[in-house]
Amino acid sequence: MEGAAAPALPDMREPRTRPRALAAVSVLAATALLALALLGNSALARRPAVKSAPELLQETGLYADFAEHRVDPRHLEFSPQYPLWSDGAAKKRWISLPAHAAINGSNPDAWVFPVGTRFWKEFSFGGRRIETRFMELQEDGTWLYATYAWNADQDEARLVSEKGQARAYDFGGGRSHFIPGVNDCKSCHQGHPAQVLGFSALQLSPARDSNAIHGEPVPAPGVDLNYLVDNKLLKRLPQALRDKPPVIQGATPVERAALGYLHGNCSHCHNDAGSLRNLGFSLRHVESPAAGTPERAMATAVGRPVKGHVPGQAPDATLRVEAQNPERSVLLQRMNSRNPIVQMPPVATAMTDEEAIRLVTQWIRDLEPPASSAGVPRKTAQPE
Amino acid sequence: MKSSRIVLLAAAVVLSAPVSAFAQSKAPAKSQQVKRGEYLVNAVGCHDCHTPMKMGANGPEPDMTRMLSGHPQGMQVPPAPASSGPWVVHAAPLTAWSGPWGMSYSANLTPDPETGVLRDFTEQQFIQAIRTGKHQGQGRPILPPMPWPAFKNMTDGDLKAIFAYLRQIPPVKNKVPDPVMAPH
Repeated sequence: MEGAAAPALPDMREPRTRPRALAAVSVLAATALLALALLGNSALARRPAVKSAPELLQETGLYADFAEHRVDPRHLEFSPQYPLWSDGAAKKRWISLPAHAAINGSNPDAWVFPVGTRFWKEFSFGGRRIETRFMELQEDGTWLYATYAWNADQDEARLVSEKGQARAYDFGGGRSHFIPGVNDCKSCHQGHPAQVLGFSALQLSPARDSNAIHGEPVPAPGVDLNYLVDNKLLKRLPQALRDKPPVIQGATPVERAALGYLHGNCSHCHNDAGSLRNLGFSLRHVESPAAGTPERAMATAVGRPVKGHVPGQAPDATLRVEAQNPERSVLLQRMNSRNPIVQMPPVATAMTDEEAIRLVTQWIRDLEPPASSAGVPRKTAQPE
Repeated sequence: MKSSRIVLLAAAVVLSAPVSAFAQSKAPAKSQQVKRGEYLVNAVGCHDCHTPMKMGANGPEPDMTRMLSGHPQGMQVPPAPASSGPWVVHAAPLTAWSGPWGMSYSANLTPDPETGVLRDFTEQQFIQAIRTGKHQGQGRPILPPMPWPAFKNMTDGDLKAIFAYLRQIPPVKNKVPDPVMAPH
């Protein structure tokens, strides 16, 4: 008890110092409160801003002059070497990076984009703009997805409902273009951690595949890996990729083009890193450090059994890809269907891609039978 | 020496108490999740379509011997009557439905490794499927009348509980027929 009482004595014996102490405490408390308030304010100010999509396309910043459809010259137009099939739409694409910002390319399979990066993709049928898709990386690290439908007079492009918009362009025969809803966007873009699909090391490789189908000329100013690095828009790209640009490892030109097509059209879902990785089915080209590693499609599609049965699947079709047998290859059957339950890809296309079907058919027909190797058929590499 | 042993013993008791409490609480927590899933499955009407009906003493009732196993594979359903107006029709066990989209059959939700529709689903894919109305969250559309637009409003916790419950119900081998899509 004595020991306990003793410390209280100085306070009792120094009444004159107490107001000073109280004042000091008060000042400290006020300072602390002020600091907390300031911290709170700055924390509020730093809270990641999550925007909703603007109602009109021109509000996304694509155009310098919307009435003239003149795109802001600061945006970079680009063209992936293995484009996505979109019912034969003519497409134009642009990227906008924030001022003084750059893409981090240290992981060549999943580039990291700076906050504020924007992408646009314009779809035209019959010479008329039908829709423009928009992505923007927000401060909280999530991508904003939006689609805009153009009117018949081409003087307005308005935000589409979250559910998408049916019958946006009539193909005849009861088929029409569907403008995807937000869930449709996410079902593809969120199927791989990168989320950005057509702007990647392989898609922008200077070693473009001259046999790629639906290939488009590279628009000015010629955006590829070299352009991006030289203009300090892409940093930390492994030097190996500058020395030897990414190329699909195909045994023949047909195989290279076919695997490139599958990468560009299927790998956003069918890959080893996204939410469908448990299927063990990857059609994605990866920049493996081990040179000569077979493409994942060869390892996970050719000679590999399907996990399930889909309506209309031929009873004797049991493999994803059966070498030399396109008719019994489920991958091709599903590419060749537009039954909504069967078709691949499952969204954003109402028409089969006949050129792709011919290409993939030829690739499968040319594959060597599996008996000649331990599982994965390979041909002798041929110079191109 | 003696006192240090007492201190060590006391420390051991103090340190082990939370561990044992955690160990004891872990198993019931899992069970609570499954119970929550069972409660939700019963409350939101999953049985209405996914458990075939049978005729009981007091009228139609769910056949719990085939709980959540979907449309019976042995039940051949004739083509639905021609639709007139806005009608959607269903077959008697409430497991086959016909409408403008075509014909759909309720899925086998049991963990049967050959015929259960969820056999390849991860928990994340199940949540995404309910949120988006797409098979495995990314694939083909889930057909009417599955009320995913209502169920997508459930919390992640609720959907995880449902998934946990469905993973441990008795498996029933039942190959549900393929859906039939209406011609374009």
